[in-house]
Amino acid sequence: MTLSLSPILEGLAPVTAATFQDPGYCDRCGEALRDGGHEACVAARVLEPPRFCPVCRRRMKVQVLPAGWVATCVEHGQTCSGR
Amino acid sequence: MPEILDHARRQVLETGRGLDEAGVLAVLSLPDGDVPAALQLAHEVRMRWCGPEVEVEGIVSVKTGGCPEDCHFCSQSGLFTSPVRAVWLDIPALVEAARQTAATGATEFCIVAAVRGPDERLMAQMREGVVAIRAAVEINIAASLGMLTQAQVDELAAIGVHRYNHNLETARSFFPQIVTTHTWEERWETLRMVRAAGMQVCCGGILGLGETLAQRAEFATQLATLEPHEVPLNFLNPRPGTPLGGRSIVDARDALRAIAAFRLALPKTILRYAGGREITLGDLGTRDGLLGGVNAVIVGNYLTTLGRPAVEDLALLDELRMPVKALSATL
Repeated sequence: MTLSLSPILEGLAPVTAATFQDPGYCDRCGEALRDGGHEACVAARVLEPPRFCPVCRRRMKVQVLPAGWVATCVEHGQTCSGR
Repeated sequence: MPEILDHARRQVLETGRGLDEAGVLAVLSLPDGDVPAALQLAHEVRMRWCGPEVEVEGIVSVKTGGCPEDCHFCSQSGLFTSPVRAVWLDIPALVEAARQTAATGATEFCIVAAVRGPDERLMAQMREGVVAIRAAVEINIAASLGMLTQAQVDELAAIGVHRYNHNLETARSFFPQIVTTHTWEERWETLRMVRAAGMQVCCGGILGLGETLAQRAEFATQLATLEPHEVPLNFLNPRPGTPLGGRSIVDARDALRAIAAFRLALPKTILRYAGGREITLGDLGTRDGLLGGVNAVIVGNYLTTLGRPAVEDLALLDELRMPVKALSATL
């Protein structure tokens, strides 16, 4: 499965969903998911892009555009909002 | 009908002269039961002095994070433990953002940078970016790049930036509790230069920083003194890692009182819904504000957070029979 890409990423190699399978970390607060207690993060994420890589918890570079967002982890590549 | 609203009807609606500080404070202090009447009057004032059109704008951050300033509400300050990382937007992505904005019917596209003021790299990005956008997209270009020198003001005006945003953020008396790395007066000086250079002045702020109602009234009348073309009204969205990250959001009734009060202080100004309205007011409150003095919106996402989908705002404007201002009407 391939994640959808925003138009600004056309031409770039798409990342695969497999890259982000089995996330270990909350992509909003960066804390481990296994400990639970991320209900507030889930609610907040409706109006926020991710900030932490869910695989390695590195802070991602995030660009918010009027109609979407793009987040980049130096280790695990790019992901973006659905269109 | 409270006496302040009778007074506002005579003064603001009939003559177009905004309320003074005491009058604004009286509106901000109205009991809940009088809020609908205040909003109704503010709507009448907006329709009388601004008309039914709504100005639609999109914004994008060309340089995110890593800011040396300490604005306590801002997740882009490099002085706080915010998760927002520094990143630059390249020119193709900037043009794409302008395209996305224009596709909504917006007439304004504001390029924003998290900086104290522009350095040469940012000015070069602006020179190239404005040319590229103008070649590809029909839209007015605004900018928000912090404090400017006179030479930077002149250059931005020369390359075609028609409006410049620089928020005073809050009342002069409260500003030192929110920002310590520069002064309210320094911001005012940039605004003075912007106006003198012929650019439209966009200046607003954020409500819910901890200011008192009296300071909220003070802020509204200080903005009125500035006579800005546009006032963007933000409501605090407490950001993790910032000094204000633990504050509560503004109560929806207080937010609506503020919208009415700011309209009655600024009867002829574009009053724009900006950040924080989604969490403060929700869908119903957004509607109430548009029927209570607001006549402009930022559609789509903000700089580091997300907004309602543009189609939802546009559908609401259509339902309210508020036409989107056309580009031809702004040139």
